[in-house]
Amino acid sequence: MTTPRTIGQPRRRVDARAKVTGQTRFADDVLLPRMLHGRLLRSPHPHARIVRVDTSRATAMPGVHLVLTGDAFPVAYGILPVSHDEHALCRDVVRFVGDPVAAVVARDEATANEALAAIAVEYEPLRTFASPEDSLAHAEPRIHDYGDVGNIHKVVALEFGDVDEAIAGADHVFDDVFFFEGNTHLPLEQHACVATKDPDGKLVLYSSTQTPHYVHRALAKALDLPAAHIRVIATPNGGGFGGKSDPFNHEVVAAKAALLLDRPVKFCLTREEVFYCHRGRHPVLMRFRTGVTKDGRLTGVDLRTLLDGGAYGSYGAASTFYTGALQTVTYQIPRYRFRGCRVFTNKPPCGPKRGHGTPQARFGQEVQLDKIAHHLAIDPADLRLNIVAPADSLTANYLKVGTIGLAECIRTVVDRSGWREKHGRLPHGRGVGLACSSYLSGAGLPINWNDLPHSGVQLKLDRSGGVTAFCGATEIGQGSDDVLVACVAEVLGIAPFDVRAVTGDTDLTPVDLGSYSSRVTLMMGNAAIQAAERARELLAEAVSAKLEVPQARLTFAEGRVFDAEAPDRGLTFREAVCAAEARFGTIGTTGSYTPPKSPARFKGGGVGPSPTYSYTAAVVAVEVDPETGWITVPTVWIAHDIGRAINPVLARGQVEGSVYMGLGEALMEEQAFRRLPPRLSRALVHKFPSILEYKSPTSLDMPEIVTDLIEHPDPAGPFGAKEVGQGPLLPIMPAVANAVFDAVGVRVDEVPITPEKILKALAAKAAGKPARTGPAAYPENVPWPEPLHVTPPWEGGDGRASNTRASSGRKADAGIEATAGVKS
Amino acid sequence: MIRLPRFTYHAPRTLAEVASRLADAPGETMLLAGGTDLVPNMKRRQQVPRVVVGLKRVEGLRGIRNGTGFTIGAGTTLTDLVRDDRVRAGCPGLWQAAAQVATPHLRNSATIGGNLCLDTRCTYYDQSYEWRQAIDFCMKKDGETCWVATSSPKCLAVSSTDTAPMLQALGATVRLVSASGERTVEVADLYRNDGMAYLTRRPDEVLADVAVPPQDGWRSAYWKLRRRGSFDFPVASAAVAARIDPEGRVEQIRIVLGAVASRPMASPAAEALIEGEVLGDDLIARAADVASGVAKPMDNTDYELVWRKKMVRALIGYALRDVRGDDTGPLRRALARQSLLDVR
Repeated sequence: MTTPRTIGQPRRRVDARAKVTGQTRFADDVLLPRMLHGRLLRSPHPHARIVRVDTSRATAMPGVHLVLTGDAFPVAYGILPVSHDEHALCRDVVRFVGDPVAAVVARDEATANEALAAIAVEYEPLRTFASPEDSLAHAEPRIHDYGDVGNIHKVVALEFGDVDEAIAGADHVFDDVFFFEGNTHLPLEQHACVATKDPDGKLVLYSSTQTPHYVHRALAKALDLPAAHIRVIATPNGGGFGGKSDPFNHEVVAAKAALLLDRPVKFCLTREEVFYCHRGRHPVLMRFRTGVTKDGRLTGVDLRTLLDGGAYGSYGAASTFYTGALQTVTYQIPRYRFRGCRVFTNKPPCGPKRGHGTPQARFGQEVQLDKIAHHLAIDPADLRLNIVAPADSLTANYLKVGTIGLAECIRTVVDRSGWREKHGRLPHGRGVGLACSSYLSGAGLPINWNDLPHSGVQLKLDRSGGVTAFCGATEIGQGSDDVLVACVAEVLGIAPFDVRAVTGDTDLTPVDLGSYSSRVTLMMGNAAIQAAERARELLAEAVSAKLEVPQARLTFAEGRVFDAEAPDRGLTFREAVCAAEARFGTIGTTGSYTPPKSPARFKGGGVGPSPTYSYTAAVVAVEVDPETGWITVPTVWIAHDIGRAINPVLARGQVEGSVYMGLGEALMEEQAFRRLPPRLSRALVHKFPSILEYKSPTSLDMPEIVTDLIEHPDPAGPFGAKEVGQGPLLPIMPAVANAVFDAVGVRVDEVPITPEKILKALAAKAAGKPARTGPAAYPENVPWPEPLHVTPPWEGGDGRASNTRASSGRKADAGIEATAGVKS
Repeated sequence: MIRLPRFTYHAPRTLAEVASRLADAPGETMLLAGGTDLVPNMKRRQQVPRVVVGLKRVEGLRGIRNGTGFTIGAGTTLTDLVRDDRVRAGCPGLWQAAAQVATPHLRNSATIGGNLCLDTRCTYYDQSYEWRQAIDFCMKKDGETCWVATSSPKCLAVSSTDTAPMLQALGATVRLVSASGERTVEVADLYRNDGMAYLTRRPDEVLADVAVPPQDGWRSAYWKLRRRGSFDFPVASAAVAARIDPEGRVEQIRIVLGAVASRPMASPAAEALIEGEVLGDDLIARAADVASGVAKPMDNTDYELVWRKKMVRALIGYALRDVRGDDTGPLRRALARQSLLDVR
């Protein structure tokens, strides 16, 4: 290919003008004639049986058009085929404070609110499950009547080689327990949608969703409508981060109401309701037992995780696998055992947040590596450099590592930060910490198992010279429209501004599975390249015939198609399209992308495979006041192996946004709950469902960020690109923890890392106790099944399990295998 | 979005009209200045006045006037205050307090009068109606129990104003106007340590202005603890004003703590300890111990209460060092996460 003109150039994103001038139409900006407004009545009880719902007063109020209850929604839905456990409105039981029970559609929101207050619901309270310990200890009453046993939603156990033997044969064994508190996405845009009947009588839903395709499927099921009679339009999202990847109650209710009333119906959630939608980071308790040789090589890792899933399944079955899937793609782990357990509790459901299930275990792994390095007196950077996974290899759990720039990432941040002069050498109270990570460039398997492409792109070229690119991908702020346009423009040799993107509309655009699992750039990009190359061939054939120049000599660049040997001889792009249209008729091409098959043949092996993995390393500097524990982060150095940056401005934005979000998780963010004294109350409420009291960093809290993009094109990616939306988040939390240790010599083995926890660890150290704050133990009462035994590739394995007994429940795991978190 | 409840709105032009509106229905009328406190509280149904009287158009309520010291109209925005060089130079503690209230956007709207009358805050109370319903409400609004301490006979909501502790330390007074006349009250006497009846202002009175006495020879400092570099209410603060002679001897000092009770809390014992002495490190440590004794943080704000209590002691120490003349810049920058405080 010729030197890229668009790819790799820092450019203003194609949707920038609309966004900075306020012209982007978000879901709440959709205003339709005769539109009505809906509100949901949510449960004030954490767990209760619905005895009776009396809507008569609300229905009779002036201005109220419709009142709905669970009776209107007999069909359950859910994002994963294995956990269709949600109804648009609860029918029998409410499972957390905020679970929707009834809905009102009225002439305006104020009227709808007044009508909500007039609905009388009689509840019979049930036992409240506030923590995983509660749910493990008490099987009854069950929060759901499905799941592995009692209130345990999912138990998985996988073993790759004899881990006990590997750990027994190690020089050192490290056994550490960590806790990662739950947190939420906090997109600035609250969820909103408008449903309407189009003039044909078909359903149209505009929604701030990251996954219009899955919403489309959920509506077809929940409303029992032919999918072909439903159109879902994903409006540009004001941030998603995974929080808009499930089908939501308000979407289903709005659709039903619009069909019943034949009028447009809008729902705009309040910030508090967004906290109840949640689907955010699972709180995870984890235990790492790791065998290490005296020179710092890992002999085996035995990982257990315990996930507090909240009240519904959501992506949770996949999240459970993800807490154990990606440990192996960064470092050489010859033998590996992973056991994960997800329980139901009476709290808003957890799901995929940026990094989906992997940041929690990544935190534990990276902090433990720091402990190992300290114990063995090896520089933590060197320890990691010595065990970086090799390129083009298979891991113990049969993940295919392609290109891996991790070592270069480590060396880059070590150089940039002055690590060698700083680590272990700064005055008391100042420190630096290092951590690494990896992430999927798209889940290798779809949520709904089938052989269909994961992404499709259609191009329309016409005699105006304009090109329109159609794709189901969803612009959630991450820049996917820009990537689509850039890939097409590059191949056709035209300016990005000459390509129009039409995206996220199930009527107009071919299916793309959605903006999650860092899949869009890679999958949509490859589909776009294929479609554009097919169009280029048509144009080349027509131009070749017209100019009598061999096709092989034709170059597409700068808006022209010309003879590379005689550049003056050529046509403008518009003339080229006309020539092709004259020769072939209307010009339209398609491209699609399906990820390669995974070598993993065992059950559960569907979570983790990806066409390629991104890698990141970060060094974080901290200053800790030993008197108060007050912690400041002045600088973060981060290097990300992106393969190739399509638009470096966007790529750097993703890295910096990840640092921001990572620091929030590291230092302050908590999806925390409050129980009142049980003798007085059964309440279990979100502690602070507000954007003021849920603490997330402000611009004044941000450090200086030094970003390096490591670019060695990966053959699997479009123009060599890998993901950047999620991976750079992951090293931040453990790097902060490791830096705190370097600064004041104590471990905080959990996030968020707060001043009071640092002081507590310092006090413990002063008292001669272990110099740490963190969880004491991993529970002993998880009913682990016999793991599925899979022999690692280097011990002669073929990717199949040697025992056939399912490790993870009875049903086929179809559909829970693939999905990852979601970026923006 | 959350919608406001219905109410009758008046926008009078004079203080006399305001007073007369208040006299009409004193228990059911609330005053609206910047609205940054009242409007969200109304949306959450924490305060549901039948009548709202807007102060924006009242003549003469906004502005800073020189008198003996200076007088700040209650309608003066915090941005006005922060941009005033006389305040910044003459009263650095007040400037520091005002500059750390919320965000620039909120300071553009919020007023000094509003900040002084700010509703007390509590994580069981500053919630939507639906949330409060889920805990069966609390003593301060619609319920009976104080969930912060279920045996407490009084509400434990926290005084969260930044300017009040500083103005109390500066010995400021406020002028309260009603239909029946006006009175001048020390800021120290404007408050009660009761989360519900936290103001001694009568429901028929409007706070008209704040008078700050002359600051000749006085130094002042305000230190605020909050999670983030902007936005957050204080979860502990220390305001110190002191007159120190050329030899470094403290002639007079006032130490007032914010956000550790339902009102700003002075520490006469610590003041007595310091007066007549030179502020050495040892004295600062002892005074901080004594002063922090009046702080009774509860589990109803951000951060854990034991640590907050520790931080009160630290903040007092920082403020004392500040008025002593130490270079506290780096500490400021670390704690405030901004460099706004390099004040002469």
